[in-house]
Amino acid sequence: MFDGYTSSELMSIFAMQGFAGLSLFSVFVLMAMGLAIIFGQMGVINMAHGEFMILGAYTTYLTSGFFQSYLPSLFGGYFFVAMILAFLICAALGALVEWLMIRRLYHRPLDTLLATWGLSLIMQQAYRSIFGAREVGVELPEWMMGAFQVTDLVELPINGLFVMIIALSIAVGVYLLMYRSGYGKKVRAVVQNRPMAEAVGINSAGIDRATFALGCGIAGIAGAAFTMIGSTGPSSGQAYIVDTFLVVVFGGAQSLIGTIVSAFGISQAQSTMEFFLSGSMAKVLTLLVVVGILMLRPEGLMALKVRR
Amino acid sequence: MLATSAQAAVPSTDEVNTTGLAVTDDTVTVGILHSITGTMAISEIGSVQAEKLAIEQINASGGVLGREIKYVQEDGASDWPTFAEKSRKLLRQDDVAAIFGAWTSASRKAILPVIEQYNGMLYYPTFYEGLEQSPNVIYTGQEATQQILAGIDWAVKEKGAKTFYLLGSDYIWPRTSNKIARKHIDKLGLKVVGEEYYPLGHTQFNSVINKIKLKKPDVIFASVVGGSNVAFYKQMKAAGVDFTEEDPLLLTISVTEDEIRGIGGENVEGIYASMKYFQSLDNPNNQEFVKAFKEAYGDDMVIGDVTQAAYLGPWLWKAAVEKAGSFDIDKIREVFAGIEFKKAPEGYVRIHENHHLWSKTRIGRAQTDGQYQVVYETDELMEPDPFPEGYQ
Repeated sequence: MFDGYTSSELMSIFAMQGFAGLSLFSVFVLMAMGLAIIFGQMGVINMAHGEFMILGAYTTYLTSGFFQSYLPSLFGGYFFVAMILAFLICAALGALVEWLMIRRLYHRPLDTLLATWGLSLIMQQAYRSIFGAREVGVELPEWMMGAFQVTDLVELPINGLFVMIIALSIAVGVYLLMYRSGYGKKVRAVVQNRPMAEAVGINSAGIDRATFALGCGIAGIAGAAFTMIGSTGPSSGQAYIVDTFLVVVFGGAQSLIGTIVSAFGISQAQSTMEFFLSGSMAKVLTLLVVVGILMLRPEGLMALKVRR
Repeated sequence: MLATSAQAAVPSTDEVNTTGLAVTDDTVTVGILHSITGTMAISEIGSVQAEKLAIEQINASGGVLGREIKYVQEDGASDWPTFAEKSRKLLRQDDVAAIFGAWTSASRKAILPVIEQYNGMLYYPTFYEGLEQSPNVIYTGQEATQQILAGIDWAVKEKGAKTFYLLGSDYIWPRTSNKIARKHIDKLGLKVVGEEYYPLGHTQFNSVINKIKLKKPDVIFASVVGGSNVAFYKQMKAAGVDFTEEDPLLLTISVTEDEIRGIGGENVEGIYASMKYFQSLDNPNNQEFVKAFKEAYGDDMVIGDVTQAAYLGPWLWKAAVEKAGSFDIDKIREVFAGIEFKKAPEGYVRIHENHHLWSKTRIGRAQTDGQYQVVYETDELMEPDPFPEGYQ
């Protein structure tokens, strides 16, 4: 399978594919982080996760339109505003959904699956009614379009690097929030023992709402980032959701570190195979390997050890 | 409302309808069957709009055989069994005289047995992979050879292309199209340096872009469909590929003006498309059509290749009915060969005896405003050949 390539070409191939794998990795991390927080900390499977991402993407679309019409001189920087807006809007909607719907279902975890699935359908139809069935294009500022030329063959796209930086920042931010802040301590307390946490005065309902909102907000940022590489349509969220679940389940649902490890493994495997095999075949093989490992370790790569 | 002076010339219902279709003294009912919900709605809504526009225009000009066209619209919901079910309903319950509809090959194949069983007639608008010919279907889009052969010939003759990279989404249409493309490229003594398929909805094209950079083909021949296109062109551009420099040149058979709206004109500037119709075509028929379409549906509408092909359906049906002097499917079928439509937005079309259209193939170059500029068109109408040699 290495036939027909010179050794210097092979070096470049591995460098390029390594980078392609890294950018796929950042995409996976962005997609899965919000889902993993909500699932890992609250046990709620948010089937509307993809739709929250698309809400972030539409927010970016609207923001870019707004800047184009009213603030053309600041267009180069609109993306940062869009990301903040995407986070706030998705988090606000997340908090609202938690208050209206999710909090009534904590005792019936399987029903949250159905309820959020219904929510995803409602959101899709809302997008269709508001933005139309066709996909919309988000225009990017000029500076995001280029690529750094490293060698003759190796080129690093700027938007790929940008997605990587966002993913890294979010991963670090989530880590600090969960393991180095008072809020994180409370979240972990509620996860481990809810009645005890309440007994020491932690407002567990408030923690739940904040966590759900946080997960949705991160989905929004992911959506904003994806406008750089993917399409924005009413049902585009569906395209991401399968991969997202795959990453979260493979990583071990309770573990944020597991999510990152699993995103890295899947993305590098897929990226390398994609080069030497066909695109579809790479996907099939990746899936088979994941299924195989899950049969051996049903709890995922990095299961949290808790006393039951 | 139909002019009373023409009333005398209107033939009686007994005369024009001997098989119990939904035809009265004043009206004739047809069916429109597309997905207006589900994933295909994005594509098929344009076809519905074009078919309704054609029907309105025909009615305004006196109808068909003096009868006003009414339509029953059904939603295939992007679901192939639903397409079969709805076509059965249109034929059995509504007794429609014609069905305008379907978009994907899967939906057409689902309708096919039903429409053959009850002897209906389907006017199918999409460019498709060919390898099909039914006595109950008129194909108003191009079959594969009409789109691919002319496109590749153009790239070879005008651009001196020698090496090709074939890229597509992973299902029947891109695979068959690339098979025909590969055969043609082999026949010309040129080389395919890569062939690649990605699952529908795939959004990560970094690897294939790397491969393309390494293989340095003269032409990327692309049949990626749907939302994947957005990811593909954005990532190409981000990876530093500038299509305006034509190195490599990209020739698509799947990106129409409709898709460009989602991809963004700046991301596709400089790519070439092999189609039979572009909204920018400069002829009086098309100017009239574009104007009427925008008046009906809004100024921000764009019209792609398939939308135009959908518009041809009702007009070709009207021409055939009037030539046969009857709505009966069997009588119409006998007169199909040679039916022409001079006012077609694409210029002029004629029905071949194999139920496909003679039409020109054009190459358009994408501009930043999302429109194609026509850079080449075949001198003659291309003969449709749904069963190219070696693929029967």
